Amino acid sequence: MQRYSIFTLARNAANYHKGWGRAWRSAEPRAQYDVIIIGAGGHGLATAYYLAKEHNITSVAVVEKGWLGGGNTGRNTTIIRSNYLQDESAAIYQLAHRLYEGLSQELNFNIMFSPRGLMMLCQTEHELRSMTRNAHANRLFGIESRMISPKQVKKKVPIINMSAGVRYPVLGALYQPRGGTARHDAVAWGYARGADMRGVDIIQNCEVTGISVARGRVNAVETTKGRIRASKVAIVTAGNTTRLTDMAGLRMPIESVALQALVSEPIKPVLDVVIMANTVHGYISQSDKGELVIGGGTDDYNNYSQRGSFPALQHTVTALVETFPIISRLKMLRQWAGIVDMTGDRSPIISKTDVAGLFVNCGWGTGGFKSIPGSGFVFADTIANDRPHPIAEPFSIDRFLEGRFVDESVAAGVAH
Amino acid sequence: MLLISCPVCGVEGDETEFRYGGAAHIERPASLDPENISDEAQRDYLFIRKNPCGLHFERWVCARGCGKWFHAARDTMTLEFKAFYAITDQPPKLAEGAPAGPKGRGGRT
Repeated sequence: MQRYSIFTLARNAANYHKGWGRAWRSAEPRAQYDVIIIGAGGHGLATAYYLAKEHNITSVAVVEKGWLGGGNTGRNTTIIRSNYLQDESAAIYQLAHRLYEGLSQELNFNIMFSPRGLMMLCQTEHELRSMTRNAHANRLFGIESRMISPKQVKKKVPIINMSAGVRYPVLGALYQPRGGTARHDAVAWGYARGADMRGVDIIQNCEVTGISVARGRVNAVETTKGRIRASKVAIVTAGNTTRLTDMAGLRMPIESVALQALVSEPIKPVLDVVIMANTVHGYISQSDKGELVIGGGTDDYNNYSQRGSFPALQHTVTALVETFPIISRLKMLRQWAGIVDMTGDRSPIISKTDVAGLFVNCGWGTGGFKSIPGSGFVFADTIANDRPHPIAEPFSIDRFLEGRFVDESVAAGVAH
Repeated sequence: MLLISCPVCGVEGDETEFRYGGAAHIERPASLDPENISDEAQRDYLFIRKNPCGLHFERWVCARGCGKWFHAARDTMTLEFKAFYAITDQPPKLAEGAPAGPKGRGGRT
């Protein structure tokens, strides 16, 4: 596999760019692997990459029922931040954030990481106080994050509505200067290429139809391309987690709901930070193409259809129009939904299970994209050593039995 | 958008006139034997959900109408309601023949 550099670019330019090879192989499944990862989204591919790179386990298959990065990895609003309240969350999101910062170099693939700064608006007195608490917690943990005044918000975001008499006035904001965005597809592609280079087989259009368990130990998966044996199987399928765990006879503390996003027509640059407004349930940033990328809270009801409901979308846009009146005349170009897996405490599950050799990484809910590198890193370590990585330990599935929650639903409200 | 009809007052409307109440028919262990509830039973009650891709029994409240809770059976893949029934009723027997989510091929990622 060729390395990308200024020289290969020049060489291929001279050849009218006809010489670029495939970035990864289209593999057919072998009869047996050491590890099978179900789901070729960001988390699954990152897990495969770190298994190969950090633990030298290269007999790995990533099986995917559709195409690589076609689930929630291709459907999110690409926000990266680590300003979480609880230490356990801060640890994993901070690890992910750190890895993101060097990821383009590490993968030799431009993921277009853009640490443009991220603001969480405080629009009620209560929110101002809880975010101030958040800022203190972040600082204690070593995460660069601070409160800024309404004046500073207005200076950074000229289009924000600060006039008197608005229903939700901006009272300040929690500001993470190194938060930002990255190209979501490139993250999946970069990890896929990196994993493939190290010998991992990525098998697309291969749906898992059964997980074979004998005497409490997993030994194979049944797929539409036949039976594949492995002593370790990892389920990394976000909203479809329950369907996979059902096959292995596990019961999960998860519900699948739709989370929607939409983009506007492209306009000239008006917004160079990411803004989250938790009180009114909306977040917004501007892509390099000039489109405003808008997201909100999840739909209410259980849903596997990847179609969201219009009222949820309307709710998000209505709220944002008051805070950013400039967007009221914008036409919206595209809208989509992904199925996210929500846990009771809104924190992920990175865990071994009651079936030996079967691992799950799920429950990321609405916050999966920002955690991809960290999640893959600790999950690979968990699989390779058959014991939880210290950062993954608090996120074990046992916490629901023990009542030991990592409760971020109170801390982060909706936009998570 | 979901179109819902309330089996109590008979009003029909879209989902903004109702509110979702989550999965139905979850038994609270404390009301059966409050003295001896295992951690497992309490966990199952609070957190474990069937979360089916297909037929799902759930609760709704007629928020803008009569204000009463009721049950519904809905397919979570097609978003189609199969039945509305009273809050005191057990789930109806429904033909599972209707497409309860993709089996094998056909499902979108």
